[in-house]
Amino acid sequence: MTPPRFLRAGERDLLVEFGTLAAAVGMRAALERAPIEGVTDATSGARSLMLHFDPGVTSRAAIEAAVAATEPSPGLVMSAGTVVEIPVVYDGEDLVGTAELLGLTADGLIAAHTGRTWVCAFGGFAPGFGYLISDAASLDVPRLATPRTRVPAGAVGLAGEFSGVYPRESPGGWRLIGRTELPMWDLARTQPALLNTGTAVRFLEAGRS
Amino acid sequence: MSTLEVTAIGLLATVQDRGRYGFRDQGVGTAGAADRASAALGTRLVANAPDAAVIEALLGGLAVRAHGPAEVAITGAYCPLTVTKASGRAHHAAMYELIDLADGDELRLGAPTAGLRAYLAVRGGVAVPAVLGSRSYDTLAAIGPAPLAVRDVLPIGTETSGDPVVDAVVAPWGESGNPAGVVLDALPGPRDDWFTPDALRSLRTSTFTVTPAVDRVGVRLEGPAPLERAVADELPSEPMALGSLQVPAAGHPIVFLADHPVTGGYPVIAVLTDAAIDRAAQLTPGQFVRFRLRP
Repeated sequence: MTPPRFLRAGERDLLVEFGTLAAAVGMRAALERAPIEGVTDATSGARSLMLHFDPGVTSRAAIEAAVAATEPSPGLVMSAGTVVEIPVVYDGEDLVGTAELLGLTADGLIAAHTGRTWVCAFGGFAPGFGYLISDAASLDVPRLATPRTRVPAGAVGLAGEFSGVYPRESPGGWRLIGRTELPMWDLARTQPALLNTGTAVRFLEAGRS
Repeated sequence: MSTLEVTAIGLLATVQDRGRYGFRDQGVGTAGAADRASAALGTRLVANAPDAAVIEALLGGLAVRAHGPAEVAITGAYCPLTVTKASGRAHHAAMYELIDLADGDELRLGAPTAGLRAYLAVRGGVAVPAVLGSRSYDTLAAIGPAPLAVRDVLPIGTETSGDPVVDAVVAPWGESGNPAGVVLDALPGPRDDWFTPDALRSLRTSTFTVTPAVDRVGVRLEGPAPLERAVADELPSEPMALGSLQVPAAGHPIVFLADHPVTGGYPVIAVLTDAAIDRAAQLTPGQFVRFRLRP
């Protein structure tokens, strides 16, 4: 595995860049088990990890040495416990076009989307948005060339190696294949986000209308 | 328990503290006072604990009436202050000083003569309920105590950190109005290598103009020419630091402030220093900015 690259991001943050998502997620998991002193927050990206630190306690050089000496966990660890089931009506505007991009029929794409277990690799973008990946054959599609200015809450999309559910109405560039009514974000829950790092997810076909 | 009743608001007034931590994985950023140094100075003047909440008022226009006695201080953007007694008699008050409000007194902030965001600290703190561990309102995530509205009644807390030790401090900036130009210190990276040598030279030597598109998410700047990329690839979504100078496709940088998105898909050419982040939060449209890149 190629060693990570360390990139300075101001006085209090260090960006660590990895070759793959699995390596970034694996390092994240390893650092959660063995935290680095003075690192107060970590944020994940698709190929990276940002470590927020207190310069009064530690230094960039010390963190770089600690990361380099850390053995990453083997990729994403699925949380024990229940699999979150998300019922989806597959009537997204981009369903047919996205299936064509993948050389599939709409039925084939729905079967591929529902027929695998997804895992939340990290969160971001908006409260409750989880980036879901899977081990099964890739459903890799590019983002839309021009993002939509309005994507409705509950829209289920694909982009790059990820699938995700828009927690609320927002702009967005993912290809929309369906929608769900299951709330992704609820402040009344202890964990407001339904999908957290490691959460296992299955999509269920609830209709096609 | 004393309270503050909101009797007027300007463009936007929100409750802020030092921010919300531990929810970035759920897509929720830090928020908190945009100009942290000014908020902290007000908090110290009224001898509150460092994590006490203040009111952040955009472009003045805020007025509050005390129900019961209250001790307050105004810091940040330089605003004319007026206190109107219940009897109708009015007098001026000063920024960066302790102001004693008696029951029924109304304190009003006029339009600032310098800066953008003023902070009202009250002894005991603004004690609205916290959301996810913080009393900060995040305009991007729409999480936290709702933006203030006229007739809101804000409870004042009882927790303080000893007695005030000074009555007044020298204003750190702003007494003589907005300077035409502001110099902001920044550290190159994390993605300075995604830009051409010309773009880095331009960042170091050009004068940027603050556009009207200024909010708690960021300050959009316009340079004389777009900052050209050396790497044209799409950047996989990556975490963004507070104070990042992100360069979207059009090539004009945005300075990310307190409510910036947790992740972003455009490269960051440099990140402001701590002190420069606070200064950037007070930039007003039309001002000129230059960057001093530190090694």
